[in-house]
Amino acid sequence: MSDGGNGGGKGGEFEPRITAFVCNWCTYTGADLAGTSRLHMASNVRIIRLPCTGRIDPLFIVKAFERGADGVIVSGCHPADCHYTAGNYHARRRFALFRELASFIGIDPGRMTFSWVSASEGAKWRDVVDDTVARVRALGPFEAYRRLVDQPAGTGESYASIEGLFEEAAR
Amino acid sequence: MARVGVFVCHCGENIARTVDCAAVAEALADHPGVAHAEDYKYMCSDPGQALIKRAIIDKRLTGVVVAACSPHMHEKTFRRAASQAGLNPFLCEMANIREHCSWIHEDREAATAKATDIARTIAEKVKHNVPLETIHIPVTKRAMVIGGGIAGIQAALDIADGGHEVVLVEKDASIGGHMAQLSETFPTLDCSQCILTPRMVEAYQHPNIKLMTWSEVDSVDGYIGNFKVTVRKKARSVDADVCNGCGDCMAACPNRRTPSEFDAGLGTRSAIYVPFPQAVPNTPVIDRANCGRFKAIAKGIKKEVCGKCATACLKGAIDFTQQDELVTEEVGAIVVATGYQLYSIGREQPEGLKGYGEYGYGEVPDVIDGLQFERLASASGPTAGEIRRPSDGKAPQTIVFVHCVGSRDPEKGMSYCSKICCMYNAKHAMLYRHKVHDGRAVLFYMDVRAAGKGYDEFTRRAVEQDGAEYLRGRVSRIYRDGDVVKVVGYDTLGHEPVEIDADMVVLATAMRPQPGIKELAQTLSVSYDEHGFINEAHPKLRPVETNTAGVFVAGACQAPRDIPDSVAMASATAAKVLALFSNAELEREPAVAAVNEATCIGCLTCERVCPYGAVEAKEIRDRAGNVVRMVASINPGVCQGCGTCQAVCLSKSIELATFTDEQIHSEIEALAFWP
Repeated sequence: MSDGGNGGGKGGEFEPRITAFVCNWCTYTGADLAGTSRLHMASNVRIIRLPCTGRIDPLFIVKAFERGADGVIVSGCHPADCHYTAGNYHARRRFALFRELASFIGIDPGRMTFSWVSASEGAKWRDVVDDTVARVRALGPFEAYRRLVDQPAGTGESYASIEGLFEEAAR
Repeated sequence: MARVGVFVCHCGENIARTVDCAAVAEALADHPGVAHAEDYKYMCSDPGQALIKRAIIDKRLTGVVVAACSPHMHEKTFRRAASQAGLNPFLCEMANIREHCSWIHEDREAATAKATDIARTIAEKVKHNVPLETIHIPVTKRAMVIGGGIAGIQAALDIADGGHEVVLVEKDASIGGHMAQLSETFPTLDCSQCILTPRMVEAYQHPNIKLMTWSEVDSVDGYIGNFKVTVRKKARSVDADVCNGCGDCMAACPNRRTPSEFDAGLGTRSAIYVPFPQAVPNTPVIDRANCGRFKAIAKGIKKEVCGKCATACLKGAIDFTQQDELVTEEVGAIVVATGYQLYSIGREQPEGLKGYGEYGYGEVPDVIDGLQFERLASASGPTAGEIRRPSDGKAPQTIVFVHCVGSRDPEKGMSYCSKICCMYNAKHAMLYRHKVHDGRAVLFYMDVRAAGKGYDEFTRRAVEQDGAEYLRGRVSRIYRDGDVVKVVGYDTLGHEPVEIDADMVVLATAMRPQPGIKELAQTLSVSYDEHGFINEAHPKLRPVETNTAGVFVAGACQAPRDIPDSVAMASATAAKVLALFSNAELEREPAVAAVNEATCIGCLTCERVCPYGAVEAKEIRDRAGNVVRMVASINPGVCQGCGTCQAVCLSKSIELATFTDEQIHSEIEALAFWP
């Protein structure tokens, strides 16, 4: 596992960990172009390559947060430009719903970025990275999720309040 | 038991300058499941590949990670090396620590930590890779070329000469493109049509070329080796099999006033017309928007109007009832060669571009563009080759040529150089001076870009032999003042403002891709940049391929380009197509999805979302032959590997090879820093 983590970093300032799920044909290639063009950007993002945003299961995002990410980027081809013609449309619908759900269960929508970056938009990828890192840095480390994950079953506030609900219903 | 080998490349200084490669290799050596880790200067070189092969054999590796450049660069290289050492190529993956790390960060500590993370992530993924075999699919050995300009014609001829059938689709009534409109070509001052028309005729007569003019691509299905293209043959209103090209119909047409597209608006044509006398095929079309008979029909008038062309036609070739026809062509490869249009300085502009108010928005008479000048200079043009002002027909005594109108101008939305204008401006100045010996040719330039063979000598000749006057500076305003066109500019070398009373101004406007290019690109699933230019697969090493396998690109639709480069590019695409057709079967990456029939619940959600129709319902029968359930079944020959089916599968019964859930989750886990 990797070093110190969120609280560490230079001068003790919080450095967010961002996991990015990108499509191979547009955003990954756009990120390659950013590299070829030597466009410097924040180093907090780790890219996971997928064939298409259509392949992205919302569970990947949940898993990323569960395992320590402070922010997540999902990025693919612009609408009408999907290499597989329609995968990004399915992704768009899926994540429109997922954003609502995530917000409902307490994941700040500011921690997620959904973007379209084409293969020729190296500069846009740099902007997506820098903007996301800045935004997530301001939100701070995602400790709420860790607290929830770490709680043993049957303890904690949320359970107590549900029990309270049952008691009320029985009355 | 996993035995992964990790190979960290320095890539000379490209990676090693920012990333401590030895440290990355050292960190990976301790990682569970890694049996071998080393770093080396150039992994893709022969000795580098030899290191990998040696380690595969000596250390009995079950997987290989090469931490180096992007997989788009060298995944094939290293997979081939692994295969040569006896390891299934799909057990080899690349970790991108160059484009995604060393090239975009400065801090050595941060970059090294990131490179280590990236390498670890891929090492974890590789543990879940399984051996796979390439898929073989049949190839339709026919090609389609979209665009009948010089690039399209060249590509079609080369593929046809290579022994395969070509369908050449051109949206205008004749092939030839913009080259047919030019008077003479630089640097030889060859007559453009003289060198083009033999090629046009060859394409028409070639037994392997099927010419479809006045036609456009409607839709494209399928994939490399197996495309189904629907082409719309627009209604000519003339039966091409009967027409013999005599021209009686055109002579009989009472409408002679429609502006001619071929003459760039400076001349006129009839409603039934061939675009130019040397048109191939020499079969006219009726412009229904300007034909009296069709305009009457559109207005609902029952009485038959005009019809003089049909009366004049002795072969009875005119067919007013002809409709558009949709034709399906099965091809294995497609070449896009749709060429360019010139930027117009007018008020109406597509999104992202601005017009040139400073130059009068194209409303000042006698201010024309390069193609219009070509038509004036052309012997077969509206003025029979004499340079005359469009306003009053007088010969201009002073012409000002303005470089870089729209090009190199971020303010107008086009920051690129259009490459050909410096050359054709010099040519125009020379042609003008050859025709009007005492005329004055003044050229406002920013730079003179004359980099081709014989090009610099050509531009020098314009100055030294033909007296062209070059002024370095931009033009700030063009406006009409009585009979002259005032050109207000600056001479930066002479350090003084300049005002010239010109009789005519020729603007070298930017080259842009044709209208409708974005829709065509979307139909073909190829990507394009913000201007609409088609994206090549790699700007240096794969200039004629796109990222869509089987679709190639040639000529000015990819970037501004002159004739020799367009021809060379077209021949290059033909080489790619012929290589594709040279094998009996095509090898495809086995990145396809498969259904676990035991857990599939037969909801067929996957079938509904598959963009390629690769999913079908399949019956599962018991021993007695009764159908007990329906499940989904994916055709590996059709599946393109997007994985949308897997993401929507309700019972988690689909796995996409090379991007399985296990592989992706292992990558997410590898990045975890909570135990």
